[in-house]
Amino acid sequence: MSSAPNILTPNTRPPLGGLLGRIVDWIADLGGLMIGWMSGLGNITLFTFGTFRWLTTRLPRKETILPNFYQIGVLSLPVVALTGTFIGMVLVVQSYMQFRMLNMETRLGAVINMSLVRELGPVLAATMLAGRVGSSMAAELGTMRITEQIDALTSMGANPIHYLVVPRFLACLLLIPALTIVADFMGIAGAFFYAVTLLGVDSHHYLENSQHFVGAFDLFAGVFKSCFFGAAIALIGCHRGFHCDPGAEGVGKAATSAFVHSFVLILFLDLILGIVLDGIYYALWPEAPKIL
Amino acid sequence: MVDAARKPNESREPLVRLSAMSVDFGRHAVLRDINLDIPRGQTLAVIGESGCGKTVLLKTIIGLLRPTRGQVYFDGRNLAALGERELTRQRTRFGFMFQQAALFDSMTIAQNVAFPLRQHTQKEPQEIQGIVLARLAEVGLPENVLRKKPAELSGGMRRRVGLARALALEPEIVLYDEPTTGLDPIMSDVINELILSTRRQHPVTSVVVTHDMRTAQKVADRVVMLYPLARLRPGEPQAIYDGPPQAIDSAADSRVSQFVRGEARERLMELRQQTNGGESWTNE
Repeated sequence: MSSAPNILTPNTRPPLGGLLGRIVDWIADLGGLMIGWMSGLGNITLFTFGTFRWLTTRLPRKETILPNFYQIGVLSLPVVALTGTFIGMVLVVQSYMQFRMLNMETRLGAVINMSLVRELGPVLAATMLAGRVGSSMAAELGTMRITEQIDALTSMGANPIHYLVVPRFLACLLLIPALTIVADFMGIAGAFFYAVTLLGVDSHHYLENSQHFVGAFDLFAGVFKSCFFGAAIALIGCHRGFHCDPGAEGVGKAATSAFVHSFVLILFLDLILGIVLDGIYYALWPEAPKIL
Repeated sequence: MVDAARKPNESREPLVRLSAMSVDFGRHAVLRDINLDIPRGQTLAVIGESGCGKTVLLKTIIGLLRPTRGQVYFDGRNLAALGERELTRQRTRFGFMFQQAALFDSMTIAQNVAFPLRQHTQKEPQEIQGIVLARLAEVGLPENVLRKKPAELSGGMRRRVGLARALALEPEIVLYDEPTTGLDPIMSDVINELILSTRRQHPVTSVVVTHDMRTAQKVADRVVMLYPLARLRPGEPQAIYDGPPQAIDSAADSRVSQFVRGEARERLMELRQQTNGGESWTNE
């Protein structure tokens, strides 16, 4: 009579004992992980090329695009505005005492507005969009995948990337700059309200310092970065949905992984684009003071 | 666009021909060396156990999946050799009724049925609406479902909307993926009657994948049984139902008989023997 199979370890390879076995297992696991990463990277690259190919050949109809613009842009406005306002006020709360000790509280506006316009506005708007829209895209398209709706689209001669991905990509790409500007504005307004109305900072000097330190390039840099964030959110959200595992667990994982991957990529892109934009800034204005 | 894609081959060759077709998912072979002709105008039922690859067969016929080896010919054209654009054009000649209807959740019933028409024709909205109403009437659905969402309909109604959508472009071939699974006997028979009436009203070729023997017996001109790992056993529906068909090997004969009569005892013993022998029957 055969012995009961070990159901807890599905690996059928005969185990190597001792240190050698552990090293071989470790190398095999690492190899598997690398293959998975490379395959995933190749897959999302092809997905991105497919999206750009449709963008340059035929745009979807307006009946397909407009609902996505509404869902992604208009419905994200309240949450982005609210987050921006509170972040502006929190920044004042956190930095006011230090500035007051140096008698420089009227400079608060300069520091806070610069942080908001260049970094926090775009990153916060993108994070909110990734949480609200990116995971929702992954869940929606994942459900469509497992209920064969994407197959149904294809069987009726519609290309799923053209029909489902391109409108979402366009909505994220074109509307995230507007959301970023809203987050910037609300953050600046929230910080001004808290500093001037509640903490009694002189409004004239607060505004004057803000104007001297924040320039058009700062606003441009934030908005420019946000376009990349929007594109990344749409592509990752849609890709996760398209490659969703079966079942409710698969949809849940797709939604979570869409947010996590988008967030990590947003931070990575923020760093890279920050360095590039700084390089451009100092190339255009070489006399500007440098950090390093 | 639809009309341009429809240049029917006048020859008497079958509408669909599968030639030594195999489909693997990674290392897992799902279909192996399938040879099958589906003549024009015929209704073919493909029966087989759950998980034996029936849906994969349908999706390969319409080009949603590509065969790992072998060819799928539709009207003389090798689908695997077609570019994306031409494949899309050929797909407009198919209608596909999915197992759970696969209606688009975000659209109303009217939008679902109108979808292929809006996608592939230049018809005016009024004309499209007329066609939508006609298709829904054909499957016995009233006008008041037009503005409803799929989630508001029962399973049987969703299947009928799926059939109306599949017929919207007046396809030359309709593929039915387990059209009666999960429905009560009356609603199953309604779907069977609709498959028959569709054939009477439109000159279509049909492929019905099912494990419901009543459906196979009622709607099919010819039945093939798909075994795990894909051998095909063709026969007349009544012959398969009434007794062992001719010229098949004894193992296959027994499997057909078990399946048709729904007898599980021998199959269960077989599965247990496989499990004890170290083979996993779940891989089927």
